[in-house]
Amino acid sequence: MRSAHPGEDALDTILQLVLNGLAVGCIYGLVALGFVLIYKATELVNFAQGDLLMLGAFTCYMFVVWYGVGYWVALALAVALVALFGAVLDATILRRVIGQPQFSVVMLTIGLGAIFRSFASIAWGSEIYTLPTPFSARATRVAGVAVSHEYVSIIVGTVALCAVLYAFFTFTRVGLAMQAASQNQLAAYYMGIPVKLMFSLIWAISAGVAAIAGVLLAPVSLIDINLGFIGLKAFAAAVLGGFGSIPGALVGGVTIGLIELFSGAYLPQGFKDVAAYVVLLVVLAVRPQGMFGAIVRKKV
Amino acid sequence: MSLLAADGLVMDFGGLRAVDGVSFEIEPAEVFTIIGPNGAGKTTIFNLVSRIYEPTAGRLIFDGEDITRVPPHEIARRGIARTFQNIELFEHATVLQNLLLGRHAHKRSRFVEELLFLPRVRELELEHREAVERVIDFLDLQPHRDSLVVNLAYGVRKVVEMARALCTRPRLLLLDEPSSGLSVEETEDMAFWIQDIRTILGVTVLMVEHDMSLVSSVSDRVLAVNYGRPIALGTAREVQEHPDVIKAYLGG
Repeated sequence: MRSAHPGEDALDTILQLVLNGLAVGCIYGLVALGFVLIYKATELVNFAQGDLLMLGAFTCYMFVVWYGVGYWVALALAVALVALFGAVLDATILRRVIGQPQFSVVMLTIGLGAIFRSFASIAWGSEIYTLPTPFSARATRVAGVAVSHEYVSIIVGTVALCAVLYAFFTFTRVGLAMQAASQNQLAAYYMGIPVKLMFSLIWAISAGVAAIAGVLLAPVSLIDINLGFIGLKAFAAAVLGGFGSIPGALVGGVTIGLIELFSGAYLPQGFKDVAAYVVLLVVLAVRPQGMFGAIVRKKV
Repeated sequence: MSLLAADGLVMDFGGLRAVDGVSFEIEPAEVFTIIGPNGAGKTTIFNLVSRIYEPTAGRLIFDGEDITRVPPHEIARRGIARTFQNIELFEHATVLQNLLLGRHAHKRSRFVEELLFLPRVRELELEHREAVERVIDFLDLQPHRDSLVVNLAYGVRKVVEMARALCTRPRLLLLDEPSSGLSVEETEDMAFWIQDIRTILGVTVLMVEHDMSLVSSVSDRVLAVNYGRPIALGTAREVQEHPDVIKAYLGG
């Protein structure tokens, strides 16, 4: 540690907070992305999104630690399984509540989340686990700042995932079909788009993204059955971004991540956990449509 | 052989029989119109043909194939397209994007090719774009090509929706009240478009319509329905003068 200049230490701390805030924010952003994708397509708000993240982390842990599968293979398996699970969830349960009052959807998905947590504690136990990864406990010093590989892996993983999703939704036939089905179901049918299948695929993508977020998060936050409560902060991030805007979800996530880390460092103890919600309240009071949302005014 | 044959269509909504044994045959390249007072079952028949509803009884034969149980997303590929009374467009997309989506059912490129945008995908995209441009020229939509649908006037949207239906390269075009919400001039234009679609493109048209001037100017044959039952079939004039039709509209 070079501590000859006290000013440099402060700068180091700030850079460190920015890096960690970005990383945590990426996780919030990915979960928020799942909220938004499902909401845009089906107008359902899936409060079990965070618990899908938890399932992803546990599944990966199970493959790595119980069965000795390599990290990358385990990651792929976890994402594929949770994505499949998301699609099945849509096809068997959630499709039936489309068009029901928002309240019943909220109750249903909160209930599903509780079931997933119980399932996890039965299947994997309610202890706290550590997922060994190729990035665990390694750091590189860049310009005096200790850059932990775990945090970098989250940021790199998020950026890469967003690039792939962007290309998928913009260039591929099935990606465009999903966008079309989200915008107007009836019209999509008559363009030859199997709308129900598209919705199941959107659930699969949202669940898969949550699983990736879970696996990325696992090395920095330990794995336990309550890992999914991160979904609440991600929900705040989605609202902050304007619920319905995909870039908004990511920016909202990163904003909340940064605010949380900085308020943890510079504000009185305990503020860290509520900072996200304070910001959310302020945004809702000042700009209710969120940062990226558009106001829809009814023309009379 | 007829292009579309409906055979004894019945549709019940709970205890209400909205369509009660309707049969008709539409010949290739004709404009066939269904008329009737409000609640007569016109739109229900239309939704049966476009496969939104499952008929309680009866059969639908399109081009020799039974389509009675075919899901709605399958009919585009078979050559049936439709428009909606209240316009169902992708509002936050441009006119061009809407029309290109009309080509969706005919896309043949593969997923990985698309993700990498290989030359073959480019070639196919150009083909689709040319097909779309032909429709744009046909319906004079050039000035609106890059406008967002949400910013367009109602009458233009109506034409855009018809253009999108044409982009699916249909053999049968279903028009749900093409004149609703249009001004008198726009309705006259609509009549010309429908005639051109029939005579120049050779597309068969099945239409539900209220505006009798439009019905008379474009229809080859008209089917009048009331209480879910057919009451008259013939030319526009024959049907309009049919005593049962007059009774249905005026009561008594």
